[in-house]
Amino acid sequence: MKQIFQRPKYLKDAVFHYCPGCGHSIIHRLVAEVIEELDIAEKTIGVPPAGCAVLAYDYFDLDMCEAPHGRGAAVATGVKRALPDRIVFSYQGDGDIAAIGTAETIHAANRGENITIIFVNNSCYGMTGGQMAPTTILGQNSSTTPGGRDSLRDGTPIDLSEMLAITKGSVYIERTSVNSPKNIRKTKKAIKKAFKIQMAGLGFSLIEVLSPCPTNWKLSPVDACKWIDETIVKTYPMKVIKDEAGNID
Amino acid sequence: MSEKQLMRGSQVIAEAAIRAGCRFYAGYPITPQNEMTEYMANAMAELSDGTFIQAESEIAAINMVLGASTAGVRSMTSSSSPGLSLKQEGISFLAASELPAVIVNTMRGGPGLGNIAPSQGDYFQATRGGGHGDYRSIVLAPASGQEQADLTRKAFEYADKYRTPVLILVDGMMGQMMEPVIFPDPIDALDLPPKPWILDGAKGRPSRIIKSLILNTREMEDHNWKLARKYENIAREITTAESYLTEDANMVVIAYGTAARIAKGAIKRVREMGLKVGLFRPITLYPFPSKELLEMSRVVKHFLVFEMNTGQMIEDVRLSLEGRSTIHFYGRPGGIISTPDEISKEISSIYYRQHLEEE
Ligand code: SF4
Repeated sequence: MKQIFQRPKYLKDAVFHYCPGCGHSIIHRLVAEVIEELDIAEKTIGVPPAGCAVLAYDYFDLDMCEAPHGRGAAVATGVKRALPDRIVFSYQGDGDIAAIGTAETIHAANRGENITIIFVNNSCYGMTGGQMAPTTILGQNSSTTPGGRDSLRDGTPIDLSEMLAITKGSVYIERTSVNSPKNIRKTKKAIKKAFKIQMAGLGFSLIEVLSPCPTNWKLSPVDACKWIDETIVKTYPMKVIKDEAGNID
Repeated sequence: MSEKQLMRGSQVIAEAAIRAGCRFYAGYPITPQNEMTEYMANAMAELSDGTFIQAESEIAAINMVLGASTAGVRSMTSSSSPGLSLKQEGISFLAASELPAVIVNTMRGGPGLGNIAPSQGDYFQATRGGGHGDYRSIVLAPASGQEQADLTRKAFEYADKYRTPVLILVDGMMGQMMEPVIFPDPIDALDLPPKPWILDGAKGRPSRIIKSLILNTREMEDHNWKLARKYENIAREITTAESYLTEDANMVVIAYGTAARIAKGAIKRVREMGLKVGLFRPITLYPFPSKELLEMSRVVKHFLVFEMNTGQMIEDVRLSLEGRSTIHFYGRPGGIISTPDEISKEISSIYYRQHLEEE
């Protein structure tokens, strides 16, 4: 019998702790597939975050280094500068990268660090129980925004990717989602391109992935995917935000 | 060994770090230690394998060091008191993940923004771990230009050997002082023994993880005890102190760093007056030379702790002496630099009040 579907080579034989319908599982798979296809596993170092993906090192069969909450871009900078011929990526959630780690991220982009960031945006703090994140959209319920996020009280959702695009050092920034097979394919393509940009030494690349968090959104996995299309994209449209690399093949 | 060179303390530490094979430095501007950062910027620029990053924050700097250390490179950051407060998160992670790093603190007056004058207000922060969790850092306290060179070399050796952060504690006076120094020969970073735990891509070996998260409480407990045992080994192997004119002394001043230099001057003066006073100078503040001090307390019944703060190391002295001798204290916080004359008066006043001249 011909095997047509299997675990990517660089995901360990471990059961994900992610909730059913969570985007992390898909995004992990995509990153592992891309690393396999680009044949870079033996020179890749990953930097997982604090947050739902904190245990990413238990899943990726790669050298992995924990970063304190929000410091992924700084840790990745240190690794990459020490080993410039390796491939270094950080994997960070929206609270990690867009709140406590904003400074580290913006300055890594501005320095044009030749690293890749996978930025998983599920518009809440997932692991701590669904508090408001800087990316929580207006009106969205969270455990710390009674009545929904209110701009006067809670501020408005931050456009981190757009902010990063303004920096001269960033090369490629795209916002995608994993809420449909089509978008999953697009996300994989974007992740692949981001890694290729790093391999070519062009500079900072980041893929923001809109990712369902059915648990904290209190929606079924299917409805969570729908909610991205119906609501989240109004605040966070899926698009190439910056591309200075062009065709990189 | 190199020729004798006349150099400022903060530059001595930087040069000694380069010679120790340090090839990664990240730092953030803060007074009074900018010469160290600037020296590293220039020195790294001249090396083909050196990295200097002016980080966007103290927090970023220490985390860059964490990343570079993960990759196996001898790495360093430096700052001054308020900056060290910000670095504590990273230091806790370094200790937990058992990563080597050297961190220099040129202490200034505090708390808060304080001032930029020499102080020893960060003794507690340095010797008690400083960040969150159950850990310690090795803390070295040089008291001369030469010792800054020698201890910087040692700091990198200890950091690698024990896989733990090492702090070098100095102050603006130590940093500004020009003294002749003979540097140890430079180490080629490529000649350093390979570290079998680093992350450089899982080529021809299983993938590795460097982390501090241990959710299982029993495993976390094991890790805590493992670290505790490591600190015990460190205490056995590297504890150092200098004893100066203590052999016949019936009173001994305990001081480190700049305070110890001032105390030495004071002791020379009171010796001329015939007072039998010596100096005990901890060189490792953590591990603290408790045994050496306890040994001394068999004969010496009066100790004077002199610190440039309101009394921090005195707690370690008390713990070491276990009530066996009388401990006096003299402190000048806030960036005040005492004169040897001032300290000699303090010494002699205690000496005569206690009738030690009759012994
Ligand atoms: S809480 Fe949300 S982000 Fe976290 S694992 Fe569950 S679904 Fe995924």
